[in-house]
Amino acid sequence: MQKYTCQVCGYVYDPALGDPDNGIAPGTSFDQLPDDWVCPVCGADKASFEPE
Amino acid sequence: MRISVEIKDDIFWVGALDWSVRDFHGYSTMKGTTYNAYLVKDDKVTLFDTVKKPFKGDLLHCIYKVVEPSKIDYLVVNHVEPDHSGALPEIMEAIKPEKLFCSPRGKKALLEHYHREDWPYEVVPSGSEISLGKRTVQFLETRMVHWPDSMFSYLKEDRVLISSDAFGQHWATTERFNDEVPGGELMQHAAKYYANILLPYSGLIQKLIAEVQKMDLKIDMICPDHGLIWRENPLQIVAAYDAWTRQISKRKAVIVFDSMWNSTATMAKAICDGLAEEGVAAKMMDLRVDHRSDVMTEVMDARAVIAGSSTLNNNMLPRMADMLTYMKGLRPQNKIAAAFGSFGWSGESVRMITKTLEEMKFKVINPGVSLQYVPAHEGLRQCVELGRDIARAVKAEG
Repeated sequence: MQKYTCQVCGYVYDPALGDPDNGIAPGTSFDQLPDDWVCPVCGADKASFEPE
Repeated sequence: MRISVEIKDDIFWVGALDWSVRDFHGYSTMKGTTYNAYLVKDDKVTLFDTVKKPFKGDLLHCIYKVVEPSKIDYLVVNHVEPDHSGALPEIMEAIKPEKLFCSPRGKKALLEHYHREDWPYEVVPSGSEISLGKRTVQFLETRMVHWPDSMFSYLKEDRVLISSDAFGQHWATTERFNDEVPGGELMQHAAKYYANILLPYSGLIQKLIAEVQKMDLKIDMICPDHGLIWRENPLQIVAAYDAWTRQISKRKAVIVFDSMWNSTATMAKAICDGLAEEGVAAKMMDLRVDHRSDVMTEVMDARAVIAGSSTLNNNMLPRMADMLTYMKGLRPQNKIAAAFGSFGWSGESVRMITKTLEEMKFKVINPGVSLQYVPAHEGLRQCVELGRDIARAVKAEG
């Protein structure tokens, strides 16, 4: 699945890992992330991400 | 200066002055800096932040003037960067606080810096409050201002905002308040700080300012972790940040260059002539003498960046590579750009600089000027024309 990079801080969202600290299970694609999900490092919104 | 200063009833500055630091992780601090910490005397005596490790004695000295350190009940870590937390292990030993307050990311960062599972962490979500007795402290998460762990502490009843790295300046002074120093110089230090530390996070800071405005916090004083406290018209620095986050530019161009045998420097002068002829202000920044962090302060409010380097061994000069790497990381927006430079036999620099300018999403409006060996009249005429071309583009944007 496609990884996405935060354009603010460089964090990479990897669907294989998800974001368990914030309740996102491994295997969740970027598109499936809730609209109010934010970058776990810097807090930027989903719109700040671009495909890796 | 190793004295505490009561900045408001029972609220004390207890930080440290660093008169000697000249290189702050690559930022030139020609007038030193301060590491500010604040101590509040209340039912729960509370220390906000600490200082850089070598200054732990200065901090303890200042604390002793107010209270015996072991009487401190709470420690608040607004930011984990070592200039504010480096003294933490020793200070924790000295004061043994009941609680150590930090943001969720703060706890993670503290563990990754100091590897102490046994400290009494109390993670405070954004917006939460604690009582010190007569006072309430509200915490506000401010990620990337300037690390993911950063937060503000707001002393509600006193209307004091302890703002961590936001609104700071690297400037060592015995004066503690903005109204005790010349305002122009203070703002210059604050601008340099923003340009070199916070510029890449302008989008997040803009949102943060909007959020704080919505909360309608009453603010009498803004206490940053570096430099002077904003007491007189404290909101002036918030207004300045608002403008800097928007990266509003002036009719101004920065010509930044490095030169081997002055050919590229001569080209820079000719470009400056072209800008001046068209009535656009230009700032010449010669990397042989100007520091990258001073260049960034000028770039922040400039509408155009014109970068020049001689070609050395099929490359640009190392100082220009340094400058562009640094500039790229700080992500200035909405710049018009072009490159120039002289060469002996191959001439790669202009192409390489242009490529980097494009990677920074600058609007490269001219293929640039590349001249062999020592420029003659015709070559310099091309440089003047480049300056005029840039000036026209600058003026076209208002």
